[in-house]
Amino acid sequence: MKNDLYTFKVLRYDAREQERKPYFASYRIRPLPGMTVLTALMRIRDELDGTLAFRSSCRAATCGSCAMVMNGKLDLACRTQVASLGSRTITVEPLPNLEILKDLVVDLTPFWTMYERVKPYLVRRSPDPEKEILQSEDERKRIDQYVNCILCACCYGACEVLRREPDYMGPAALAKLQRFVLDSRDERAEAFLESVNDSRGVWGCDTLLRCIDACPKDVRPTDGIEALRRRLVKDKLKRIFRMNGRED
Amino acid sequence: MVYHDVIIVGGGLAGLRAAVGLCDTYDVALLSKVHPIRSHSIAAQGGINAALGNNPEGKDDTWEKHTFDTIKGSDYLADQDAVELMCKEAINVVYEMEHWGCPFSRFPEGTIAQRPFGGAGFPRTCFSADLTGHVLLNTLYERAVAKGVHIYPEQVVTALAVEGGACHGVVAIDQVRGDIVPILAKATLFATGGYGRIYYHSTNALINNGSGIGTAYAAGVPMKDMEFVQFHPTTLLGTNILISEACRGEGGCLFNNKGERFMERYVPKAMELAPRDIVSRSIQTEIESGRAFENELGRYVHLDLRHLGEKQILERLPGIRRICIDFAGIDPVHEPIPVMPCQHYSMGGIDTNLRGETVVEGFYAAGECACVSVHGANRLGGNSLLDTIVFGKVCSGSIDRFLRESRPTPSEKAVERRKEETERKIRRLSAEGSERPAQVLEDLRKTMDAYVGIFRTRGELEEGLRRVLEIRERYSRVRVSSPAIHMNYELINALELESMIDVAHATTLGALLREESRGAHFRRDFTQRNDRDWLRHTLAARDSATGELSISYRKPTITRYQPMERTY
Repeated sequence: MKNDLYTFKVLRYDAREQERKPYFASYRIRPLPGMTVLTALMRIRDELDGTLAFRSSCRAATCGSCAMVMNGKLDLACRTQVASLGSRTITVEPLPNLEILKDLVVDLTPFWTMYERVKPYLVRRSPDPEKEILQSEDERKRIDQYVNCILCACCYGACEVLRREPDYMGPAALAKLQRFVLDSRDERAEAFLESVNDSRGVWGCDTLLRCIDACPKDVRPTDGIEALRRRLVKDKLKRIFRMNGRED
Repeated sequence: MVYHDVIIVGGGLAGLRAAVGLCDTYDVALLSKVHPIRSHSIAAQGGINAALGNNPEGKDDTWEKHTFDTIKGSDYLADQDAVELMCKEAINVVYEMEHWGCPFSRFPEGTIAQRPFGGAGFPRTCFSADLTGHVLLNTLYERAVAKGVHIYPEQVVTALAVEGGACHGVVAIDQVRGDIVPILAKATLFATGGYGRIYYHSTNALINNGSGIGTAYAAGVPMKDMEFVQFHPTTLLGTNILISEACRGEGGCLFNNKGERFMERYVPKAMELAPRDIVSRSIQTEIESGRAFENELGRYVHLDLRHLGEKQILERLPGIRRICIDFAGIDPVHEPIPVMPCQHYSMGGIDTNLRGETVVEGFYAAGECACVSVHGANRLGGNSLLDTIVFGKVCSGSIDRFLRESRPTPSEKAVERRKEETERKIRRLSAEGSERPAQVLEDLRKTMDAYVGIFRTRGELEEGLRRVLEIRERYSRVRVSSPAIHMNYELINALELESMIDVAHATTLGALLREESRGAHFRRDFTQRNDRDWLRHTLAARDSATGELSISYRKPTITRYQPMERTY
C-alpha cells in the first residue's frame, strides 16, 4: 500500500558542518487520523531519523515554537493538518529571513533584538495606585489583537522587506510597539516614536500584507504600522502648526 | 568556570518572577530549555485567583475565604500556613502584574474582571479572556526585558551539583553552541514545571516531563506527594488540548450520550463547577457506564457552550473557539465540544517549605515543579498561575536573605564532577544499546495511563510498578543516533527519560502505598479519606547508600482549619 504513504521532504542542514550544503531528506510515513505536520515530524524523529532537529512545545498553537514553511505556506506545524495540504508529498522548510542553526531550527536572535528595540513593556511615570490602574472595557478591547501575538515569527519569515533589508524591524516588533502605544496605561514619551520614524522602522513597510496572511493568531501587524505612521504624521503636523503659531 | 551569584532554571512565570526580584542586586542567570516565552505558563487559560472583591457577587470575598476554599479543595493535605501566605499575597501580586502592564479583562467600572471557578465560594478568578497565562507570561517577560535579566535560552540542565548538604551549581547542555557547561553559583532555583508528560494523554506541553524534579531527586532532594496528579475533566478529544474550566465558569454544561446533564447525579449543587477531581471522576464514570459518545479517537462527553451565544463565546472564550476550530474542526458556537478527562497538573514535586527552601542549602524550587504544599491532594482552578508568581517572588526574597546572611562557598570541583557524569552518560547513550528512547518513553507513558489513572486499585498499581521497574531496566539499553551536543533533541529526550522514570516510579509507588482516597488520588479499594493514617505528605527520597527510592511521611501543617468532610 505504498500509495497511502506520505512523503515528507525535509530540509536538512547543520550550521556546524558548513561544507555540507542544505539538502532535502525524504521520509515516508503512514497517515493517521488528525495527523499534524508536527506529529509527523515527531514520528520521523522517533522512528526514522533521530538526528532531525525542530522546535516544539505546546502542540496547541499557543507557545509559538514550531513556525515553519510547509508546501510553501508559513504556519505553525502543530496546527497544520497534513490532510489540509492536499498533497501526498509535503515539503518542510525552516522559517525564511533567518539563519538556519540546524534543519528546521533557525536563529531568532535578530527577531528578539528588534523586539527589544521597541521597549516592549509598559512605561509608567505616575506612581502606582494602591489597586489596579483603571482601564475601561473599550480601552482594553483596543489592544486586543496586538495582545494576542504569540511571537512565533511567522510574520518575520513572511516579510518581503526583510528579505532585502535585514535592518528593518519587522512586523512583530512594530505591532508590539503599537500594543503599548495604544494601551491607555502607557506613559512613554511621545518622542519615543522617533526611534521608529525611518525606513528601518514604520516607513520600511511595503504594505504587501504578507504578515497578515502568515499570522496564525489573526493579528494584523500592518494595522499597527499604519496607525504608528498616522500618529507620527499627526505629531509632525502638530509641531509645524505650533511652530507657525509661535511665529505669528 | 562560568560563575553567577544565582542560577534560575526555567523561564516560565515562577522563574521569571524570581529573576525580576533578584536581578537588581545580584548577578542572575536565567537558563531555560526553551525561549522563556515558549514556557508552558503561556498555555494557562482560565485565570488567577485573588480576593479582590471586584465582582458584584464577590464583594464579601476575603483572602481568608480564599484560603479556606484552597484548603478544602486540597482535601486538607495542603500546609495551611503556606496557603495563608499565598492567598494573602495573591492580592499584591495581581495588582503588581497589572501595574507591570498585564492586560486583564475589565469590568464596566474599569476594575480587573473576575469570574467564578470550581470549588470557590466567590467569583475571584481574574482573567484576560481565556488567555490568562499568555498575558501574564508576556508581562513578566516584558518586565525581565525592561530590567535586563540575563537570559540563556535552550540550555538544558542535566545535573545539580550537591555536596556536603549544599548546592554548588548546575551542569547544562548549551544546545545552541553544542557545549556541556558547568556553572558555579551560590544559589540555584529550579522552576522547571510539572511532570504531566509521564502520562500518554496529557494537556501539558511536550517540555513538561518532570526532568527538573528527577534531576533534583538524583542529587538527593526528596520528591513530595507525587501520587497526587490532577486529571482535568475537559480536554479536547484527540489532541487532549486543554478546554478551560472557564467554559464552565461562563456557564457551559456537560452532557452524556443520553442527553442528560449528568453532573446532577454526582454533585447536584455545584454541578459543573465542582472541583476538578470530582468532575473528572464523574465523566470517567459516565464513560465506563456506557453513557459516553465514541468514535475512532476515543470515548467522550459533550461540553455545550451554545446557549452562551456567539457574543459571549467570542468575547470571553475566543482562544477555546480557535482551538476547537483548528484542532477538532468544530465551532463551539454551533456544536458541542467533544471532551475527555486526562492528566493536567502535578500537585507533587520537589519538597520545599513555604519559603521555597529545600533540604539542600542554597537550592530552591518554585512553581509546578515544587510541592510546598499549597494544593495538597487537589488543586483548584486559578491557583496554579497564582502559585508560580507568589512563590517565584517568595524565592527571590529567600535567596536574597540567604546571600546576605550566609557566606556560601560553592566548589568548582563539585560542579566539575557532575559535568564528567553528564559526559559519561552521553558516551553511554551513544555507544551501545538496542532500545530506541522514543519507544521506551511511549511504553512508560502508556503504563502510567493504564495503571496510575483517575481510578486506582492495588492490583493495577502493582502491575504499574512492575512495568515501571522493567522500563527502568530497559533504560540501560537505550541508544541515541548521534553523540552530537548541538541541537540534538533525541539526546536531550534520552537524558530526560532517566528522570521521567524516577518520577513515574515515585508516583506509582506513592499511589500504591496510600491506601485511602483523597483529592485526585482515588482508590477503588479504599474509597474513603482516612485522616487517622493518611493525613500526611509522602516523601520519596533516594537512599544515599543503596541509590534506591525510599518512602517516608510527614504531617501537614494545620493552623486554623480542622479537617472536615469535603462536600460541594
